[in-house]
Amino acid sequence: MSEIRADRDPHDQAPGDEAAGGHDIAEGVIGYMVGLFLATLLTAVSFFVSQTTLVWRPSIPVALSVLGAAQIGVHLVFFLHITTGPDNVNNVLALAFGVLIVLLVIVGSVWIMYHLNENMMPMVMDAPAPK
Amino acid sequence: MSVAQEPARRDPYGVGRAPRVPFRQLSAEHAEGGVASKRIVVAYGFWIFLLSDIVMFSSFFATYAVLTNETAGGPSGRDLFHLDVVALETAFLLLSSFTCGLANIGALARRSLMYYGNMAATGLLGGGFLFLEMREFAGMIAIGAGPQRSAFLSAFFSLVGCHGLHVTLGLLWLLTMMAQVYAKGYRADIQRRVLCFALFWHTLDIIWVGIFTVVYLTGLAK
Repeated sequence: MSEIRADRDPHDQAPGDEAAGGHDIAEGVIGYMVGLFLATLLTAVSFFVSQTTLVWRPSIPVALSVLGAAQIGVHLVFFLHITTGPDNVNNVLALAFGVLIVLLVIVGSVWIMYHLNENMMPMVMDAPAPK
Repeated sequence: MSVAQEPARRDPYGVGRAPRVPFRQLSAEHAEGGVASKRIVVAYGFWIFLLSDIVMFSSFFATYAVLTNETAGGPSGRDLFHLDVVALETAFLLLSSFTCGLANIGALARRSLMYYGNMAATGLLGGGFLFLEMREFAGMIAIGAGPQRSAFLSAFFSLVGCHGLHVTLGLLWLLTMMAQVYAKGYRADIQRRVLCFALFWHTLDIIWVGIFTVVYLTGLAK
């Protein structure tokens, strides 16, 4: 089996590269196949959940967000190779900061705008809500 | 002595899983050249850029989430989205992410068939995704559901269109990387660019996961 060669460093790992040290091509391909399998599974479940009438309706958005977050996790680990290994600390810390900002922006906007809409005085020129 | 140094080796930044080692000693044993290799520095810098890109997308997501019900009496997502088209787009992009990873392995292993074949597959799948998206946009605009129709549609076209623009630029980059490897071979600097391209493409797929969950599936599930 031929080995993948890159200028490896036992202490540090580039995002997108697999764990330091020599790796088989087959080993790398298997990693991507596991990722593809898990991502396909989660996508299929997402599509199924969005259309099913089996579960309680209000639980569907929650289920979809959980499945989406899980799939993003699968992509990060198996495709971008962002893991919890000590040679990956820099990459994970940068990711953690990014996630913090993303959550602040999204959750903050939704939270504030929801309450703004709730507390808004009803306006006469408002068209009746489309139903 | 070797017992004391062993944990430091496995925890180079001394973040708490091993006894803290002095920084000087740590950087001295980091690598012969001093700092981390160029591949790690370049990919780390590009990872920071990608995170900033994700932060930019998060503001589009926030806008969409706030405006998703402001249809101004016009069509909503339920009237406009087609689940089968979204499923096909998702399949194309997910498979292209997979082949892109294989292309990166091919470049590292210097296997031309693996590299070019998977890059070409990535390009075709990405092109197929873009074709479906363009057709969807054109169909919506044709029935008067363009970005100027309502706040919901403005937010939709901004968010999904921005992702489509990223895919378009990614396809140009993909062709450039195929040409560069063809012209210059598997040099270390070219391989760093291939790695950055692969990171970019995987990140586009991550953003698409957010889009099909928040925009399409939630819109059709309501």
